Amino acid sequence: MLTQEKQAPALPETDTMISGSQALLHALSVEGVDTIFGYPGGAIMPIYDALFDFPGNMKHVLVRHEQGGIHAGQGYARASGKVGVVFATSGPGATNLITGLADALIDSTPLVCITGQVFAHLLGTDAFQEADVIGITTPVTKWNYQVTDATEIPAVLAKAFHIASTGRPGPVLIDITKNAQLQKFAFQGYERCVHIRSYRPKPIVRKEYIERAAELINSAKKPFVLWGQGVILGSAEQEFKAFLEKSGIPAAWTIMGAGALPSDHPQNVGMLGMHGNYGPNVMTNECDVLIAIGMRFDDRVTGRLDKYAKQAKIIHLDIDPAEIDKNVKTTVPVWGDCKETLPLLTQLVEQKQHTEWLAKFREFEQKEIDAVIREELFPSSGEMTMGEVMQQLNELTNGEAIIVSDVGQHQMVACRYAKLNHTRSNITSGGLGTMGFALPAAIGAKFGAPDRTVVAVIGDGGIQMTIQELGTIMQSDVDVKIMILNNQFLGMVRQWQELFHERRYSFVDIQSPDYVQVAKGYGISGRSVNERADLTDALREMLAHPGSFLLEVMVTKENNVFPMVPQGCSVSEIRLK
Amino acid sequence: MSEQAPIEKQEYNITVYTENHVGLLNRIAMIFTRRKINIDSLNVSPSEIEGIHRFNIVINETEEVVSKIARQIEKQVEVLKVYFNTNEDVIWQEMALYKVPTDIIAEKAKVERLLRENGARAVVIRKDYTVFETTGHREETDNLIKVLQPFGLIEFVRSARIAIIKGSDGFNRKLREFERAEPGQEAIENEFLNSRDKVFTM
Repeated sequence: MLTQEKQAPALPETDTMISGSQALLHALSVEGVDTIFGYPGGAIMPIYDALFDFPGNMKHVLVRHEQGGIHAGQGYARASGKVGVVFATSGPGATNLITGLADALIDSTPLVCITGQVFAHLLGTDAFQEADVIGITTPVTKWNYQVTDATEIPAVLAKAFHIASTGRPGPVLIDITKNAQLQKFAFQGYERCVHIRSYRPKPIVRKEYIERAAELINSAKKPFVLWGQGVILGSAEQEFKAFLEKSGIPAAWTIMGAGALPSDHPQNVGMLGMHGNYGPNVMTNECDVLIAIGMRFDDRVTGRLDKYAKQAKIIHLDIDPAEIDKNVKTTVPVWGDCKETLPLLTQLVEQKQHTEWLAKFREFEQKEIDAVIREELFPSSGEMTMGEVMQQLNELTNGEAIIVSDVGQHQMVACRYAKLNHTRSNITSGGLGTMGFALPAAIGAKFGAPDRTVVAVIGDGGIQMTIQELGTIMQSDVDVKIMILNNQFLGMVRQWQELFHERRYSFVDIQSPDYVQVAKGYGISGRSVNERADLTDALREMLAHPGSFLLEVMVTKENNVFPMVPQGCSVSEIRLK
Repeated sequence: MSEQAPIEKQEYNITVYTENHVGLLNRIAMIFTRRKINIDSLNVSPSEIEGIHRFNIVINETEEVVSKIARQIEKQVEVLKVYFNTNEDVIWQEMALYKVPTDIIAEKAKVERLLRENGARAVVIRKDYTVFETTGHREETDNLIKVLQPFGLIEFVRSARIAIIKGSDGFNRKLREFERAEPGQEAIENEFLNSRDKVFTM
């Protein structure tokens, strides 16, 4: 840390004439940015020019597509807990960020994206590479702002970092016209923003709600905790664990919350939602008090809302007041930062052990093991399953790796079966379901957590959406383990076509290139396995390989992910087959 | 908390206090368009407090939808506070201008009487036309169109609705309702808006 501080460039003295671009880089430097994911272009050239010899140790990772850049920024933010920073040029550069912005907004990922913009005097003239970036990004950003005058840059950047990282985090986009990047102005210093009068990132916690919540919890016979990413975003993992261990309540997670409590914690009863575990889904409609912590009752978690936990009193802890009562009516709303509310609640709850109640979850777990899990994780014959690949990976990483998953069947399998010992270890596109997310996000995750093993679990569909980022891996020499689970189908869509569209497999038969050859073209070692006998060895090779490695595992073509809560059904109607 | 909000749609007056910020109108409008809700009336104007703008938005929706929308609006960084009220809870007015040929007005005393009856006053009188102005509820301004139509009404325009939330007493009651719906420390509105930097204690 000390060496980093030494290397960080000193801020220019007051009244020194500097350019807007230099002011921007000084702002990033003060905000502690160590990595930028970006792609240059005409309208952001002055910033890249300033970056060329900017002192300090800020890294720039040249991606292959702006979407890759922003997903890398997301992966970085999710793995490190810091704000991800992304550069893109005007017009197409900026519009290529949209998917990532929408993804980051719905998954509450803190990002500051800087886009170049045409000269201010050209705004609205349909200039070359001009797009209405503020207009386009408004619905997919927490905040956005267009800078046309360099003197605004320090205050706007300070505000951007404050807004992105506080309250319910989210993506912020700052669009800077080229003239403002070039403009010299008398620098007046940089002050970090700690307060905006119209923005209240978190409320003062009101004790009466904590008391009412504690009363409900203390009188509950069958209390059940659902937690989401809020626990991770609030860095409240310890507070959460303390609450659980004192109250003795079984707890289940949304995929965004996975890892906040280790997989093998005795009170961790598994995953919620459409492809979650059997017990947590069924018990949602059996419990008497439901305690939702930092989660937003997404439709993939709740299934049919009018049959969701109707018997239960609901306690909802959330930092975003717009989430309270949005989907599920709350009996006791606890508005606040769970880092603050959970310890207050822990103080007031009685020390208990809900042994019998917890045992019921384990009964359901056993049913699920018998009906689904054993065959998925330990098949003795037939083609390989995605589950057994995850199982073998768990054995080898022992739950220490960061698992970055893409979207589809393999994502559900990865989330269901990945063993996670640590928080910030499950990085996936939860809310938006963005195929192509995993490869670039894994690159970002490795930059955000360089000491950890990062395994990207990707389907044969998703990998082909952002496969160009192999070039980023090649050039940046970043160590990412890429595991393609190839079932030669767009598997999740095929599963739905099988179950709900009379097996009419409409355009889900997707061909793949020779991934090992493609990787080789990028200078990345790879291997493809078809036989169960080779799996463990191949995984070992991947993990032991110095640097990135691509492993393709051919898995059975028409496997379905079960259990499943079919769309339009209640969580208690979860199907085991 | 209230168990069952009324499920019928009715007119709601949404009052939004905001910073004066480019793009905020778009950000607020998108909250409605995303949900395919039509804005029936929209007025944006500086408020009594310098630098703070006030939006008056009218939509026809259920209370549940309006309350969720209000929270989404309040979530925007530059928004200070959002209130929503039924028509019973506000004093509201719309202003309308009517352009009528002057010769007809001059000739027919009846028209002048009709205008007076409708509370209209002349804003501009020229040889060729006269512009009258009136304020009132929608039915009232509509009614004057009907009245003037037979006399060669040339042009008509109506403003958006502006609404003041009834008396401070009722206002405080509203605030308490808000506190119940949103479990957070809410400052009293005037304090909140006037002593800007003091109120935020976090």
